[in-house]
Amino acid sequence: MKLLPFEKPLAELYDKIAQLRKLSVEGNIDLSGEIEKIEGRAEQVRKEIYTNLTPNQIVQVARHPHRPDTDSLIRLIFDTFVELHGDRLFGDDPAIVGGIATLGQFRVVVMGHQKGHDTKENIRRNFGMPNPEGYRKALRLMQMADRFRMPIITFIDTPGAYPGIEAEERGQAEAIARNLREMAGFTVPIVSFVIGEGGSGGALGIGVANRLYMLQNAVYSVISPEGCASILFRDAKKSDIAADAMKITAPEIVKLGIADGIIPEPLGGAHHDWKVVSQSIQEAIQAELCKFKDLSEQEIKSQRYAKFRAMGRFLDPGI
Amino acid sequence: MSIIDWFAKKEKSTGSSERLNIPGDVWVKCTSCSEILFQKDLESNQKVCPKCGFHFRISPEDRIRYTFDTNTFIEKDSEIGPTDFLRFFDTESYTDRIRKAQSKSGKNDAVVSGTATINGLPVNTAIMNFAFMGGSMGSVVGEKITRTIERSVEDFKPVVVFTSSGGARMQEGIMSLMQMAKTSAALERLAEQRVPYISVLCDPTTGGTSASFAILGDINIAEPGALISFAGPRVIEQTIRQKLPKGFQRSEFLLAHGMVDMVTDRRELRHTLSTLLTTLSIPREPNQ
Ligand SMILES: [Zn+2]
Repeated sequence: MKLLPFEKPLAELYDKIAQLRKLSVEGNIDLSGEIEKIEGRAEQVRKEIYTNLTPNQIVQVARHPHRPDTDSLIRLIFDTFVELHGDRLFGDDPAIVGGIATLGQFRVVVMGHQKGHDTKENIRRNFGMPNPEGYRKALRLMQMADRFRMPIITFIDTPGAYPGIEAEERGQAEAIARNLREMAGFTVPIVSFVIGEGGSGGALGIGVANRLYMLQNAVYSVISPEGCASILFRDAKKSDIAADAMKITAPEIVKLGIADGIIPEPLGGAHHDWKVVSQSIQEAIQAELCKFKDLSEQEIKSQRYAKFRAMGRFLDPGI
Repeated sequence: MSIIDWFAKKEKSTGSSERLNIPGDVWVKCTSCSEILFQKDLESNQKVCPKCGFHFRISPEDRIRYTFDTNTFIEKDSEIGPTDFLRFFDTESYTDRIRKAQSKSGKNDAVVSGTATINGLPVNTAIMNFAFMGGSMGSVVGEKITRTIERSVEDFKPVVVFTSSGGARMQEGIMSLMQMAKTSAALERLAEQRVPYISVLCDPTTGGTSASFAILGDINIAEPGALISFAGPRVIEQTIRQKLPKGFQRSEFLLAHGMVDMVTDRRELRHTLSTLLTTLSIPREPNQ
């Protein structure tokens, strides 16, 4: 598993463990006592590192190449899943995966941004950066969900919508904007999870939800820390300061009233145990869908409207 | 050095008029064709270059004067102001940036909203101001746009919004992003009430503003030559590592790609809006 730069002290301990193991096999000597001791030390170091992550380090965890992806999570969480393709207008965008699924008594439409775990898959998925047809596929599936009374589950994990010539020609802005407006009108519940990177409008384009959860080491921001640093701080290398200033971590997003809850991750990040993470998400989905079962269509829509209507901090002497 | 040389030396600005600090502030150089223009001539021509038709960026006050019936504009929500709730600090604090922009503009934030009439037809309107922190959308812009739309949900007057904005206001972090959803959600309610919404996209309309209420008009009108995009040209050039073709992401490009209904000269706008709104509005008794 790829270690992140700030995990360097761990790398040294892991190296030592590997050396001792090799030595113990080759020399046929029992070093299990020593190995155990260093393993214990490593676990302690890992705990120390992960209880004090800076926002910029959390960004690195959120972007870890082995972090659980949407497609894998869907298959771990749901009993059945049938992937559906295409926006019926232009094409099928591999950067967004979606389809119909079941979970116990619930029938849902589920979708999310799709990243890869290696270069080849990442190129195929465009690093999780959708083109307009991705958002239009998402909209088509959500409209179908609304028609057939199926709750909508979305997984957010994108650096942002793709900034390319063709994306602009085909109306990236329009595709996202339309989703924002249409999602506000659906009468089925929408529950969203930021599982990795919540990158700007490209994230929000499938994120106008009744309830929003952040994974513990996920981030959600209006612009990437690098982008913010290069525009406001005039130095892309100051992304650590920008990450801190923008308040992008799960606890901050909850504190600002944007997210409703946090899904805990195993020590060291979600990439260490996909199964545990998927179980926590599954429980959250079930709990949320049970809550919405008793609400009327109008109540579901009003709850979502009220949530977003209240977002904003300003001075109003009139109130 | 002649005046022409002096102008030639001055750096090309991005659309705001260049002023000369000598005799009476009466000369302006056209950003597009470099013609030296009489300030007075430019103003009597709605800040459109009489020679080449270049549309200068204008203030909300000018917009109100050019578009609405004389003295019909009544400002609403002018008392709402921004707050530095993240205590954001880049090269300077957001608090200082707000204070500077406010004292320079005499306005609280980057949008002016209210009610007015166009050829006798009442509308609710909002006009963005690029001169205030790049027209960036933070909580105040989001709230005022939303209130404008909600007024129309109640009184059925059509909504006309003039956009000019670099996108979300980074100093308000995630909250600025959420204004995209908030304003778009209000438009969903407006559509449900069958009240028309016309968006007039002015230079520039990019980022979060373009990807929310700006592009969601029942009718989208663009001013000539306006930059309208989701991703900025610089970001795209960095991503694809090639130069962009001339005219890319300008109004005429958007018209050709089906994103706006028309590109309309500022001097025709009042007439166009009046015709469109009269035709589009469902005849009904006003609420109350
Ligand atoms: Zn000119």
